[in-house]
Amino acid sequence: MEYRLSMNKINKTFPGVQALSNVKLDLVPGEVHVLLGENGAGKSTLMKILAGVYPPDQGEILINGQKVVINNTGDAASLGISMIYQELNLIPDLTVVENIFINRELIQGWPGRYNWKEMNRQAGEILADLNLAIDPGNYIRDLSVAQQQMVEIVRSISSNSKIIIMDEPTAALAEQEITELFKQIKLLKEKTVSIIYISHRLPEVKEIGDRVTVLRDGKYVSTEDAKRVKTEQLIKMMVGRDIKEFFPKEDTEKGSEVLRVKNLKRKGVLDDISFSLQQGEVLGFAGLMGSGRTELMRAIFGADQGVEGKIYVKGTELVIDSPETAVKNGIALLTEDRKSSGLILNFAVYQNISLATLEKYAPRGVIDQKRERKRAGELVVALKIKTPGLETVVNSLSGGNQQKVILARWLYRNAEIIILDEPTRGIDVGAKVEIYQLINQLTKQGKAVIMVSSDLPEILAMSDRIAVMYEGKLNGILSREEAGPEKIMQLATGVMTMNLTKEGSI
Amino acid sequence: MKNGVKDELRVLLSKYGPFFILLAMLIILSIISPYFFTVLNLTTILIQTAVVAIIAIGQTLVIITGGIDLSVGSYLCLSAIIAGLMMTSGLPLALSLILALVFGSFLGFINGFIVTKMKVPPFIATLGTMGMARGTALVITGGLPVSRLPEALAWFGRGTILGMPVPPIIFVVTALFFSWVLISTRLGRYIYAIGSNREATKLSGINTDKYLLIVYVIAGFLSAVAGIVLIGRLGSAHPTAGIGYELNTIAAAVIGGTSLSGGIGKISGTIIGALIMGVLNNGFTLLGVSSFYQQIAIGAVVVLAVFADVLQQGKVKQ
Repeated sequence: MEYRLSMNKINKTFPGVQALSNVKLDLVPGEVHVLLGENGAGKSTLMKILAGVYPPDQGEILINGQKVVINNTGDAASLGISMIYQELNLIPDLTVVENIFINRELIQGWPGRYNWKEMNRQAGEILADLNLAIDPGNYIRDLSVAQQQMVEIVRSISSNSKIIIMDEPTAALAEQEITELFKQIKLLKEKTVSIIYISHRLPEVKEIGDRVTVLRDGKYVSTEDAKRVKTEQLIKMMVGRDIKEFFPKEDTEKGSEVLRVKNLKRKGVLDDISFSLQQGEVLGFAGLMGSGRTELMRAIFGADQGVEGKIYVKGTELVIDSPETAVKNGIALLTEDRKSSGLILNFAVYQNISLATLEKYAPRGVIDQKRERKRAGELVVALKIKTPGLETVVNSLSGGNQQKVILARWLYRNAEIIILDEPTRGIDVGAKVEIYQLINQLTKQGKAVIMVSSDLPEILAMSDRIAVMYEGKLNGILSREEAGPEKIMQLATGVMTMNLTKEGSI
Repeated sequence: MKNGVKDELRVLLSKYGPFFILLAMLIILSIISPYFFTVLNLTTILIQTAVVAIIAIGQTLVIITGGIDLSVGSYLCLSAIIAGLMMTSGLPLALSLILALVFGSFLGFINGFIVTKMKVPPFIATLGTMGMARGTALVITGGLPVSRLPEALAWFGRGTILGMPVPPIIFVVTALFFSWVLISTRLGRYIYAIGSNREATKLSGINTDKYLLIVYVIAGFLSAVAGIVLIGRLGSAHPTAGIGYELNTIAAAVIGGTSLSGGIGKISGTIIGALIMGVLNNGFTLLGVSSFYQQIAIGAVVVLAVFADVLQQGKVKQ
């Protein structure tokens, strides 16, 4: 078979991480090749190498049988490769046609004027070809996310791309929009465009894919026929173990109520949210990006101004106007972005661990560094944090270990209500399981956990109840038994709304 | 192996780079000028450096938090003038000095308040208070120096303790104390944490505003201390005193390895930075080179010192 693309023995190392080792991938004309893998499996790195964002350390890339070198994104574009990123790459204040032809505008005459007529004609042609009801003169900011994605696709086609990489294109789309996208993808296939489709949504693999390649921990696992392979097989390939071991959820005794949130509001962000949380419980928070989950957690933690509503901790109403108050009342927040709002990157491991508890080790202002280090050392051992030493600068640890350092910070503090915002994002599979085990330990000790996650399998497996947010509202709370991927997606996309009793439980 | 040695050398250089520059300057000046390496001259350097060094300590703390304090020179001046006016109006010396220190701290508090509560960026906040303090100093003195200060005040600028001149003793004690604060206390740890990542520090339940406020108060307090040393030396308080000190203190901190983006810095580095400038100043005078050249030299040292840091960090990243 004639391959449009083959990537062989690709290796890539980042400081401290072997991101890819001996990975291969090939592509035939007119195929949709799904690239599947957990976060941190190396999908994005591999695609960024193909798109010229990173150079590979080793390995070869063949296009139509010819060996090529891709040093930058310009090289990739001239080889007919284009990438549609999850965070779309369009300029909101330019029109559709301006975005489509950006940096390769058609010029006419001398000394050169933009030939808008021709550009509009070409753009219109492709839009019509794909049955898209988008005017080339519309501004990008006025389009929906799905429409913007289509504009990116049009841009790829108009630059004669034969290989289009789509990085989780459905992540931010509603169901009907996904159907529309899949229709477009099929049209592209007929035009013999090859598509590399990155996703970790398993149902999509069968629906849209021809073949599927699975990566795990930066290694190539297998390439399968997408229509024939079983979903369970794919999961096993992705996580390297059975799903039961992967999510070691244990049942715990539920105790008394520790947190009650009543009519929480923040203008334009949070709309009248009420729920409660019990000891020993894991309350999952699902929802699309931008649905207000992170903002809700920050509101409970006192991190943002302008929050109205009532918060009761162990039955007592509290005014939480700063993280300081929240922490003093036993609330901990593991933030979504550990680098920008969690870690002090140039601090040593032990200093990061002790940060929230320093007054315990410095009652009169002078830090008892011996005790501080001793306790931090105990936590490093207990949480199996892989670090060369306590003095190691935290920046040089892997993502999973950094995450455990922040968890250690809150364990050190003995927090009662632990809010985890995307606790396993971007960390490797092994560390994920350890974090799940840690959540189990916490609930067993009677602590209450709130877990925000965009990873549906994770949230389904680890939560006792699942709250689903949509556009700043709490759209429903499902029990473990009634929750399922479809129900969550319907609530998260606003297709369905549950009538919550006023206390926020069902 | 060879690489290992090279790496170690680089670490050594980057860690003690400014110290080596100072050492080299001392050696070269000792060779070319017979007057340089004498007890009298070295003492003079220490006395002349003391004022800038004392304020530079406060400046360093502020810079480590990720801020900057442009008002230090004006605060020095205004505190000195207030002290002088109190003394000439008949208040006892000790009381005047204590009140001047309280006043300096209060000025620092104003900076801290503007930065933390009014959320004005430190550069702008202190640019504003710099102008206001300088203007106030000129208004209340009518532009004339406050003179006829008590004799006893001279002890702070020209006195000795066990044969050692007072100003260097003040700055060494201050430097040791704040080094200790940075290394061993909670305040010190928070100062670094705030400068590295204020959001993460706040989300760890730390009242970052409170600690920022304390740091600006310290900077104001140290400006007043330096002001007292200065009027002790000069015998009068000039409303134009301390002009340009904000830049000298920033230069001292930066030469000493403090990062303007916050989170990194040491008092010892700043002291060495201040001494490098003091030695340059002194050496040029001894050699009869115009003081205009000094400014060129100090400017070059600032750029080179930071460039050396950049080089070293670039290597680490690779």
